[in-house]
Amino acid sequence: MNKQDNFRKQVKSFYGVLVISFALVLIIGVLGITYMMDPSVFSSNGDTPNSEVINITDEGDDWDMIENGIHLRTGFKDGEGLMTVVNNCTNCHSAQLVIQNRMNEERWIETIRWMQKTQNLWDLGENEKVIVNYLVTNYPPKSKGRREALTNIEWYPLEE
Amino acid sequence: MKRRNFVKKTTLGSLAGILGMEIVFGSNIPENYTLLGLQNPDPFQLFNKHKEMVVLNSKPWNMEAVAHLLDDRVTPNKYMFIRNNGLVPENIDAKEWSITFDGESVKEKKTFTLEELKSKFTHHTYQLTVECGGNGRSEFDPPAKGNQWTIGAVGCASWTGVRLKDVLKEVGIKDDAVYIGYHAADLHLSRDPSKEPISRGVPISKAMQDETLLAFKMNGEDIPLVHGYPLRLVCGGWPASTSGKWINRISIRNIVHDGEKMTGTSYKVPCNPVAPGESVKDEDMCIIESMPVKSLITYPKSGAMISMGEKLNIRGHAWAGELEISKVSYSIDFGATWSECLLEKPANRLAWQHFKASIGFPKSGYYEVWARATDANGVSQPMLLPGWNPKGYLNNACHRIAVKVS
Repeated sequence: MNKQDNFRKQVKSFYGVLVISFALVLIIGVLGITYMMDPSVFSSNGDTPNSEVINITDEGDDWDMIENGIHLRTGFKDGEGLMTVVNNCTNCHSAQLVIQNRMNEERWIETIRWMQKTQNLWDLGENEKVIVNYLVTNYPPKSKGRREALTNIEWYPLEE
Repeated sequence: MKRRNFVKKTTLGSLAGILGMEIVFGSNIPENYTLLGLQNPDPFQLFNKHKEMVVLNSKPWNMEAVAHLLDDRVTPNKYMFIRNNGLVPENIDAKEWSITFDGESVKEKKTFTLEELKSKFTHHTYQLTVECGGNGRSEFDPPAKGNQWTIGAVGCASWTGVRLKDVLKEVGIKDDAVYIGYHAADLHLSRDPSKEPISRGVPISKAMQDETLLAFKMNGEDIPLVHGYPLRLVCGGWPASTSGKWINRISIRNIVHDGEKMTGTSYKVPCNPVAPGESVKDEDMCIIESMPVKSLITYPKSGAMISMGEKLNIRGHAWAGELEISKVSYSIDFGATWSECLLEKPANRLAWQHFKASIGFPKSGYYEVWARATDANGVSQPMLLPGWNPKGYLNNACHRIAVKVS
């Protein structure tokens, strides 16, 4: 009898531990899944507006903004054909590579042919004229001679 | 659906739209966290570069130093120029990295893991001058196409690695070998996997020099990612494009290597001199080998003002490709008279040499201090631009700084 009572007691306590364990696993699981779905549920300021939304919308609106005659996203000068240049010439390399270079019409066309032959540039069709015209108008070659004078010198007292 | 969840879902949707792909585990993104793909890439932080370095191009990354940043005897990473032709490779696993030797003139194709390379062969460390072939391009008239480097696409770091010649001996090359060509893990700008951004090389004679390294360390540490981690070829004194980054294959060729940017007009100059602006046929262009004699005044920074009676102490470096520098002179009267600087011997062959001088000025006014190096063959730097060439390579005209004495 005593033995049986004892056994029953043991089973009961084991059963209790088992139930509590299952309950714990269930609670942790539910909490975990909730966190994966939406981590903000656990942050104290969960009801503040989501700032990410505002940022992204702003970025969308400013995407092709022009300020002081400069297309901010690329650094290109505003001018006829700007967006054609942006859309065709900044997919592989940055606009900086274009802006740095000063060429006449013949050499720009030569460069376009080289990119088409070796760098996977597509056929520009009617846009080629627009692009070359934009480039030679806004970024014409500057004559530098055999050696330029030093310019933009920032003077400072030299302390030895 | 709760409003917040709806907002979150639409935000993720638009984020995915901008990135052009699904954001896996997007719902796990903590609030106020900006995705890497959206972060405005700050190259100075990204590559550990000094804020005075100048970005010429962000895609591909190209960045150069200004003269006074190159004052160190051995160039630290923060002042080392970046010249990339393609996109920096992603997800590099150095433990899995290997290099294969193949080509017409290899006795048997062979592959070494990076670990094998490090454990099988003796390590060597050299200070090696690496200069972009187009350094100084911005001064050419008519202008030449490409990144408009001024003076800062040069550096002399300490490189550690194994000798390419030791590895080539182990691999075994045939008698008809004339050139090696490297292949690397960087990605073409068009993201076309069948295209290599650059695959250049050097003649066997250069490959067999003691100082030509398969390097895995720069200045005693793992090579920074943008400079070729985990394995880079270093051919000191030659156009930096021969020092391939992220290399995983070297082909031993029985012809001059014909990889990307070995053909056409890339890294070539007219075999015979031409007039400025003249067009040159591809077959009349010759591959650049050793770089020409050149020097830089790295101290003081241009624009120094001193008092009458004070001495101006200048210093800098000079290098001449395969050759040693025999003399460095300075002039404060636009080349009418020259005085000799104190010149040090190189730390090893192909390392730049340091010079210094103490200059007195006869009266107050505006001066330019010009430096002119002379190589072991007696060839000096020109004060004017050297011979024009279509791609604007090899400008080794004298460097100068402005000084005011009052």
